[in-house]
Amino acid sequence: MTTDTEDILQVNNLKMYFPVNSRGIIPRHVADVKAVDDITFNVKSGETLGIVGESGCGKTTVGRSVMQVYDLTGGEVIFEGQDISKLKAKEMRQMRQRMQMIFQDPYSSLNPRMTAGSIIGEPIKIHKMSKTKAEYAEQVEELLRVVGLNPYMRDRYPHEFSGGQRQRIGIARALAVRPSLIIADEPVSALDVSIQAQVINLMQDLQEQFSLTYMFIAHDLSVVRHISDRIAVMYLGKIVEIATRDELYENPLHPYTKALLSAVPIPDPVVERTRDRIVLEGDVPSPIDPPSGCRFHTRCPIAIDQCSEEDPEFRNVGNDHWVACLRV
Amino acid sequence: MATEQRKVVLDIKDLVTRFYTADGVVKAVDGVSYKVHEGEIVGVVGESGSGKSVTALSVMRLIPWPPGKVENGSAELNGQDMITMSNEDVLNVRGDDIAMIFQEPMTSLNPVLTIGQQLSEAVETHMGKSKKEGWERAAELLDMVGIPDAANRLHDYPHQFSGGMRQRVMIAMGLSCEPRLLIADEPTTALDVTIQAQILELIQKLNKELGTAVIIITHNLGVVARYADWVNVMYAGRIVESGPADVIYAQPRHPYTVGLLASVPRLDSDRGSKLDPIPGMPPDLMNLPSGCSFRARCKFAIDKCAEEYPPMELVSGEENHHKACWVDITTATVRN
Repeated sequence: MTTDTEDILQVNNLKMYFPVNSRGIIPRHVADVKAVDDITFNVKSGETLGIVGESGCGKTTVGRSVMQVYDLTGGEVIFEGQDISKLKAKEMRQMRQRMQMIFQDPYSSLNPRMTAGSIIGEPIKIHKMSKTKAEYAEQVEELLRVVGLNPYMRDRYPHEFSGGQRQRIGIARALAVRPSLIIADEPVSALDVSIQAQVINLMQDLQEQFSLTYMFIAHDLSVVRHISDRIAVMYLGKIVEIATRDELYENPLHPYTKALLSAVPIPDPVVERTRDRIVLEGDVPSPIDPPSGCRFHTRCPIAIDQCSEEDPEFRNVGNDHWVACLRV
Repeated sequence: MATEQRKVVLDIKDLVTRFYTADGVVKAVDGVSYKVHEGEIVGVVGESGSGKSVTALSVMRLIPWPPGKVENGSAELNGQDMITMSNEDVLNVRGDDIAMIFQEPMTSLNPVLTIGQQLSEAVETHMGKSKKEGWERAAELLDMVGIPDAANRLHDYPHQFSGGMRQRVMIAMGLSCEPRLLIADEPTTALDVTIQAQILELIQKLNKELGTAVIIITHNLGVVARYADWVNVMYAGRIVESGPADVIYAQPRHPYTVGLLASVPRLDSDRGSKLDPIPGMPPDLMNLPSGCSFRARCKFAIDKCAEEYPPMELVSGEENHHKACWVDITTATVRN
């Protein structure tokens, strides 16, 4: 993809394989789970890039690879102009001040033995962002207020909060170090509809207020489309299509994107009656032994022989719309 | 309405189910009534804790005592009350006339029995078929729910099936004795979007072809819009609005339904449209507020809402659309 000065993040040819070892006394490396297999994308400063796909497509691994949770199998991650895949652990710790993560499960991602205040304040301490105790207390209170929680809740423990409130704590903690990029991995999927909307609105408000850039990873296309400026669709370790939210909805090119869009019901019976339904057959194949050629060809309604032989090139079809399909 | 002339398969009246826990009494279902007609798909929609699943479990007599107890009401399945029926009769009816499929297909299947053993068991028990006939029927069922190479896959164990395939097995099991009513409790929540579509299309196809009445219990307003003929919206253990799907989505009249619809992002929404979430949280079912349990989150609430719970009443000017709300939101002023 072209280098752009506006890009806060560029991911080039990212590969993340997880080894599969045989059982026994001497484990042998027998195969790899190709969770992410050679993907390239960029995130522009101030935008929200949505990453959507089904379980096992590698969307979470992409987020975690960008955060350098793993040693990458291949590729580079350029964040604010610097290749962070080569950084040493200490330098990376510094770098994480600029990029933070929000997780799916607000129940297991917060330490049950820490108060809300100390959970939010921990990164402030680690990155030494306050000089005095008073300043620290003030920052924690301000963060609570920013995410719509009452400062007096600072001394409560996670179990005393509801799911939505816990996710607010997770967001406050991510904001504590004033990052420029936030990677949110399924941040609202564990929440009920009415609470989900509160958190989505909060995230949008915070983006405006603090000029944040988001990578929003989720399986729910309606939510992703709502919050994103551009959307990347993943299937079995590959990005199959990237386009702006409207372009992707109005002019989807990849047959998988089309099927995914048609599978998401719209809460309106009248609209539903007029929609085409493309029902894919079968299940997602195993990422240990993905199909040859285009990985989607085993389920693709328009696949031709060539699709099982040739890996389609990820190419720009104009309008910043990228797609990997031989039939487009 | 056509549904009025159709035969009633299930008639739930004033159902009350409570759980007696160490912390207090949970009013999980607090006076629920609804009907399901022959060949109809009824969507029961609500958020966690709204009582949508507990209602179905009560009907199925699957509420464990202690701590749970059905304290009031009836649920007539083809005229027989499930609630007062003897345990023995319940065993005969369950699987035969009424079947239920659950959210977690992995935990609902026995891991040490083959798919074939589990599928043929119900047929042998309820339909008095021989082992051989049972096995043949199992192969037929598996084929019907779209599992390729069905006859051979009967020898497989649940762990050899994917999530979507396990849910198909559950549906096959549910349908094995051709029940009049299938209750699907969040049947696709644990599944991926494209697999979800496969399963729901399958349920709809079976509804059309076999005439099985279906209750789909879900939090997903889209699923209900796509598949249900009739919608019951539940909040804090009660139905707050009910009516034909088209009417509920086009002219919701309960503030909770309105709020719910404004909270969900739509795939076809315009750029920059904002969600309008319902403020606050659902009430604690152990300490329900006086009057209407939604009033604390309601922008239309008036003094009367705190005094008395509104009964389900016909929406004025409509014949099939009921709501439990004191306020006419089409003319009311918004509270500050």
